[in-house]
Amino acid sequence: MLTENHATATPPSPVTMAAPLYPIELTVNGTRHQFEIETWVTLLDLLRERMLLTGSKKGCDHGQCGACTVLSNGRRINACLALAVSQNGHEITTIEGLADGNQLHPLQQAFIDHDALQCGYCTPGQICSAVGLMREGEAHTTAGVRELMSGNVCRCGAYPQIVQAVSQVMGIAPAAQPEAPVRPTVVGTVLS
Amino acid sequence: MTELIEPLKTPTAEPGTGMVQPGMSVSRVDGRAKVTGAARYAAEHPAADLAYGVVVNSTITKGRILGFDLADALRVPGVIDIITHSNRPRMRPFKLSYKDMTAPGGFPFRPLYDDVVFYSGQPIALVLAETFEAARHAATLVRPDYAVEPHETELAAHLHRAHDPHGLKAGFAPPPKEKGHAQAAFDAAPVKIEAEFHSGVEHHNPMELFASTVIREADGHLTIYDKTQSSQNSRWYVSHVFGLSSRKVTVRNPYVGGAFGSGLRPQYQLPLAVMAALKLKRSVRVVLTRQQMFTFGHRPETRQAIKLAAERDGTLVSIQHDAVAETSRREDYTEVVVNWSGQLYACDNIRLSYHLVDLDNYTPIDMRAPGAAHGVHALEIAMDELSYALQMDPLALRLKNYAEIDPTKNLPFSTKALRDCYTQGAARFGWDQRPAAPRSMRKGNEWVGWGMATGTWDAMQMFARASAVLHADGRLVVSSAATDIGTGTYTVMAMIAAASMGLPMERVTFQLGDSTLPVAPIEGGSSHVTTVGSAVEGACEKLQKRLLKLAKALPDSPFAKAKIDEVEFADGTLRLRARPEVRIELPQLLQHAGEARVEVKYLMLPDALKQRKYQRATHSAVFCEVHVDEDFGTVRVTRVVSAIAAGKIISAKTAHSQITGGVVWGISQALHEETLQDHRLGRFMNANFAEYHVAVNADIHDIEVIFVEEDDRVVSRLGAKGVGEIGLVGVAAAVSNAIYHATGRRIRDTPITPDKVIAA
Ligand code: FES
Ligand code: FES
Repeated sequence: MLTENHATATPPSPVTMAAPLYPIELTVNGTRHQFEIETWVTLLDLLRERMLLTGSKKGCDHGQCGACTVLSNGRRINACLALAVSQNGHEITTIEGLADGNQLHPLQQAFIDHDALQCGYCTPGQICSAVGLMREGEAHTTAGVRELMSGNVCRCGAYPQIVQAVSQVMGIAPAAQPEAPVRPTVVGTVLS
Repeated sequence: MTELIEPLKTPTAEPGTGMVQPGMSVSRVDGRAKVTGAARYAAEHPAADLAYGVVVNSTITKGRILGFDLADALRVPGVIDIITHSNRPRMRPFKLSYKDMTAPGGFPFRPLYDDVVFYSGQPIALVLAETFEAARHAATLVRPDYAVEPHETELAAHLHRAHDPHGLKAGFAPPPKEKGHAQAAFDAAPVKIEAEFHSGVEHHNPMELFASTVIREADGHLTIYDKTQSSQNSRWYVSHVFGLSSRKVTVRNPYVGGAFGSGLRPQYQLPLAVMAALKLKRSVRVVLTRQQMFTFGHRPETRQAIKLAAERDGTLVSIQHDAVAETSRREDYTEVVVNWSGQLYACDNIRLSYHLVDLDNYTPIDMRAPGAAHGVHALEIAMDELSYALQMDPLALRLKNYAEIDPTKNLPFSTKALRDCYTQGAARFGWDQRPAAPRSMRKGNEWVGWGMATGTWDAMQMFARASAVLHADGRLVVSSAATDIGTGTYTVMAMIAAASMGLPMERVTFQLGDSTLPVAPIEGGSSHVTTVGSAVEGACEKLQKRLLKLAKALPDSPFAKAKIDEVEFADGTLRLRARPEVRIELPQLLQHAGEARVEVKYLMLPDALKQRKYQRATHSAVFCEVHVDEDFGTVRVTRVVSAIAAGKIISAKTAHSQITGGVVWGISQALHEETLQDHRLGRFMNANFAEYHVAVNADIHDIEVIFVEEDDRVVSRLGAKGVGEIGLVGVAAAVSNAIYHATGRRIRDTPITPDKVIAA
């Protein structure tokens, strides 16, 4: 039996003083906010834990899944990879800021119509990502949508419907028509 | 308890949804909550005075914790406490107290119970701080001291320790005993194949991180938002582990960001968060990291061998299927790997075996289509190999050996429209255009191939309770402690209730996700619709009888002589079938009867006596096209047709998504997913989304879903069977078979990464 202490090799430097606070100003969903915040707080944790805007999701905290996608000055970014202080002065739009009152953003409506979600956990990131995608103007085909939406993992596997929803809003043909809200299923037909 | 529980924010269909019938395509009732970010998951419920917990995991695989150096961690400003096995609050000492409702044989791991480390990544401490950031930083400063013992984590190196599984587990049946003489028949047969298969470890990786928010109320009551497939299972576990009565703990899971089996058992963040709340006497949130999502259950590494033999006309004469899988030292995790091979094809000689090897890993846990994902995969590749050995079309071989009854149990199928799946799937795919020989189709630099496979899964029903309350304003609230992990439970249950009561769907709310609601089973095994759905319909039927009784008692009632089968509930009214103009609006009925609400409770028990006489299963036929790059061995699955026989489809839209999602899982299993272990360290190496690959949007192309007609009143009164797993089963085999057809290279292991395609 051998004894080992795994931590002795390179001990991280202990913090014994409270982390200093920095003043920042963010416009979140159209409203200006001021914060005194430590540098180690990510934009995602600021939104979720301090502003209780939990629509932006944490799926990995490492920029590997896209669940935290928000718009910063109109560009889609991974909020988990952005330190809040680095966003000073930016305009942030989260999923909570897309609808106009009760009137959903066309992408939000298209996601419902196409059932482009199951558990819904990746959905806010998918929708914010699609808003950013549309603004970029790079995707012109469904294949382009697939490729450029691939930074947003959906473990439920709603990809085909996500492509349909985004393509429909972008006016990319040939997107399958959304099903009428209530349509009887004819057994033996192909639903897609 | 069956009023709407406000904090659950239970969604209801959009106004204008209107009347619905089973089989319709209705938008998800929780859609708006999810696309606006309003739906709150386990880590997202606010609490005053919340402390944040971050877990520290072991860096050794086996041994003992000698002690901790906590000095630096405790000095981090904002740190409140660090809980380890030596200063935790009291936990029950009995091993039995830690068994949750779905625990397999053996005794589960007890988090922070003692100094024993039995797997790599085991939680050993919980750092609590005023902010998440302070807790996260301090967690890096916790310095455990270990006495290390040698570990064994490699399945291949310990096959000699394979043993029969001990103990029981829900959904598991050991392999049946041999039918006929499988080896003798194999030896004597003119055409035969033998093959071995290996599937690596997979992790579920739902997008939502495992999390528990424990909200401590002034009187000490704990309301816990937990990521789980059963609020009642988590409640049971917390009560047993900490000796807290059921009145002192409520568990809620109104929204679950995927689970795929990982939430069938309480995971360690739950007891850790609870012990912190008990110790600190305040509310606590513990969220695991993506890396920590690889430190509890997984789909077990499995090795299989199959031997098939046939007459020259394709008649199967022998099926032999052996499987060995890993489990932990503490529990015998079991799943049905080989039994499918005794169920899918008619054959007189069948021998099946299933064994386990105990390793120093965490106990595996059911992952979408547990067992079948491996077993049917191997069988369906073997069948493909046999078809080439026979020079027979793969589909023709399956039809030749179509099982009209279950060949090992000798039972009829309750329903089995697999033939329709084959026919309709093949027609839609254009299977008759398939050239027989491998390497016959090419496009540019890519070989193109077509493959197919059969899928099957159990059609299960458990027991459940539901309550239904009709309010004076005409709203119907139906409740059961069910779960919606993205499956569409909110939607399908509201549809069943609305259709049954003849109410517009927006007037019906199905409430789930709270342990105080009527008993529901754990959401798993594709059984929620057959079980909870039947309970919902049963409750509505009971409600109808109560309402008719009220109507009969009204002064000068036109219903005075009406029997239940002479009336109907439609368009929001109770009316006579023969004279629909004789009707009363339901709110009016309550008003006249002087009732503010009418409530019924219903217990749904499966008709076990009847069900026992049948084999009950769902089936599928999967057809797919792959493109394989000649030089790089990269595979693209360009087209999939999945034809499903799963009983009556109740909610067409969400069922369609379930199958599509299952197909995506199958493609991901076939091409991407494997958690690799460094056996020197006993640790998983690729514990993150950058290195553990799951299918992304660019990996997925056309997927078509066909539901063939089936209506199974043995499995459930609704005619439904369940669609959660069947979409996945057989997909990876179809992909593998298509790769063979494209390239002439047979790859039996998953995942089929480019290196394997090139090397084959
Ligand atoms: S949470 Fe930011 S990319 Fe995953
Ligand atoms: S909807 Fe569940 S992860 Fe995308």
